[in-house]
Amino acid sequence: MILLAHGAGGRMTGRLVREIFLRHFSNEALARLEDAACLSAGAARIAFTTDSFVVTPIVFPGGDLGKLSICGTVNDLAVMGARPIALSAGFVIEEGLPMATLDRIAASMQAVCAEIGVPVVTGDTKVVERGSCDQVFINTAGVGLLEEPLPQGAAAVRPGDRVIVSGGIADHGIAVMAARNDLRFETTIESDCAPVLSATRALLESGAAVRWMRDPTRGGIATTLCELTSGAPFAIEIAEERIPLRPAVLALAEILGLDTLYVPSEGRFLAVVDAADVDRALAALRADPAGRESVEIGEVIADPPGRLLLRTRIGGHRILDMLTGDQLPRIC
Amino acid sequence: MSVSSSDSPSAAFADPARCAALRREIEKTASGGPPITLMEVCGTHTTALFRFGLREMLPPEVRVISGPGCPVCVTPTAYIDLALRLLDEPRLALVTFGDMMRVPGSRSSLERRRARGGRVEVVYSALDALALAAAEPQTRFVFLAVGFETTAPGSALLLRAIAERRIANLYLLVAHKLVPPALEALLGRPDLRVDGLILPGHVSVILGTEVYRPIAERHGVPGVVCGFEPVDLLSGILELVRMRRDGTAAIVNRYGRAVTPQGNRLARASLSEWFLEEDAEWRGLGPIPGSGLRLRPEFSSYDGLGLLPPSEIRKVEEAVRDHEGCRCGDVLCGTVAPPECPLFGEVCTPENPIGACMVSTEGTCAAYFKYARGWSGGVR
Repeated sequence: MILLAHGAGGRMTGRLVREIFLRHFSNEALARLEDAACLSAGAARIAFTTDSFVVTPIVFPGGDLGKLSICGTVNDLAVMGARPIALSAGFVIEEGLPMATLDRIAASMQAVCAEIGVPVVTGDTKVVERGSCDQVFINTAGVGLLEEPLPQGAAAVRPGDRVIVSGGIADHGIAVMAARNDLRFETTIESDCAPVLSATRALLESGAAVRWMRDPTRGGIATTLCELTSGAPFAIEIAEERIPLRPAVLALAEILGLDTLYVPSEGRFLAVVDAADVDRALAALRADPAGRESVEIGEVIADPPGRLLLRTRIGGHRILDMLTGDQLPRIC
Repeated sequence: MSVSSSDSPSAAFADPARCAALRREIEKTASGGPPITLMEVCGTHTTALFRFGLREMLPPEVRVISGPGCPVCVTPTAYIDLALRLLDEPRLALVTFGDMMRVPGSRSSLERRRARGGRVEVVYSALDALALAAAEPQTRFVFLAVGFETTAPGSALLLRAIAERRIANLYLLVAHKLVPPALEALLGRPDLRVDGLILPGHVSVILGTEVYRPIAERHGVPGVVCGFEPVDLLSGILELVRMRRDGTAAIVNRYGRAVTPQGNRLARASLSEWFLEEDAEWRGLGPIPGSGLRLRPEFSSYDGLGLLPPSEIRKVEEAVRDHEGCRCGDVLCGTVAPPECPLFGEVCTPENPIGACMVSTEGTCAAYFKYARGWSGGVR
């Protein structure tokens, strides 16, 4: 039986993907389980990805379902090093949705598309009976070109490499939670929902040796880095005091009992770069609006292999494991 | 714009220099003495010790074990079975804190039952149940009133609102637990040797510190009421190590910014207004005299159990099945570490918890699983 936790992006999602989808769809491109599949199309190498968006409420501080649905797919292509060229958008709409709501969502989708210069070139519309979905769900897919410079891939990660995050974490998850009516919080926290494309391009084109990039959406930076270390011959240690976190985000997370390391961002990415290039990488990132707050948060180490460690502010250590359970349903 | 985590209001209580100084002092005080076993009895302390990596910072002489500090964890199987049975009733919804969702009953859990269509509303405050009940007068709502002295006053407030506003479709299924009788029962066990108690912070806001004094004196075990930041915990541990060295068994308050000697009298008065103390079953520990709350008989019309015929309640209670092989009772007493349980991490995981201690994120086994599984650095 499917539980909400199967959609949380953590351990149970992983098992679901392996035991159902990988089993049935088994093929080489899918089996890599990257944010986007890398394919050959004639002489070109392309990246292809898809994502569905069910966030509630559909309008939240800093964004809405429409903006999120474009950023999510574009960012999945961006962290693969791809240049997005075209997007699709599929809408599942509940009968009774005000036309103005749909109009607003489409407008904010187009605003992001215009900003990054990538069009929605195909789409689909389905309307279902009241109660069969909640207002509107959106699926987007995207195709991008894979041209050098590209990340070297997870297999190139080695001890000594540095881990960078492109800005304050957890804003999106906490902003959406705060916007839920039942909690009645008044805050100024805004979602970080934004395309990271310009920053990933800036990093790759800086000449720094970029091993790996990923956007920490569901499951937060802990789960995302765990996906890199899991089964790998190295470990990663991140330093708690270096992880950028807005005080208001931390305060609300503490009230809600949420660990910010597991709360999603929608406009950030993590990168692993060669230690010798870390200054160059940070300079390039900070010169881009989407990477202004970039900082180094940790290092790839040899032991214990396969593990993600947090060095706490007071000098202790703890293991960071993948998210278990559904700490935040319908956040994206 | 500042985004540094060191701007947190609690930063002073996590100051690395202060922590290092406290750590050296603990080392100096414990050095050359006998081994000391401390027990924390609060789930938030269990988690905090792991989150900050505090265990690895303590000298080898000092060991911290985890007691029955998570109220969700100790909620008995029969209670979950009864809550699930209530969902068979027409037009009935359960209202609960999120932690309860995965607590295993004999055959299912609220999470699984919700996925199959049972209506379970997750709230952050007992009083959230009022709005749910007001919006749907045709539905009966049953609030799962669990937790220690911290959440029980919230249930009392809810009861007052139900009575004053004459709300006819809101009930409570009460399984509140009391901390002092559990401490008394634990310290009385011959198989458990504890040299000092790290006493709960939140519970003590309600109870105050005086309530622990007779327990400390009777058993010759010192206690320190602690907050939840690294400096709170380290200075509490230092105090306990000192008292052990000096042979004193006092109660010391190291959480003075929140806890007073007498506690919150108003909150405690509200408890005796609505509830009576009774013997209660703790998952993993068994029955403990005077350790639970039930509704006073004059308020039985608010009792969720009243929605089921007594014969049905008996039937549910007779069919309760606890999992064999689970060592939760020993883990809760601190005599066995989670990895020593044959089910830990294999059969029993946070997604599919068998025992009480794996159920809540604040359970001892869940904390071990999340923060220290397969890595010896974080645990001693």
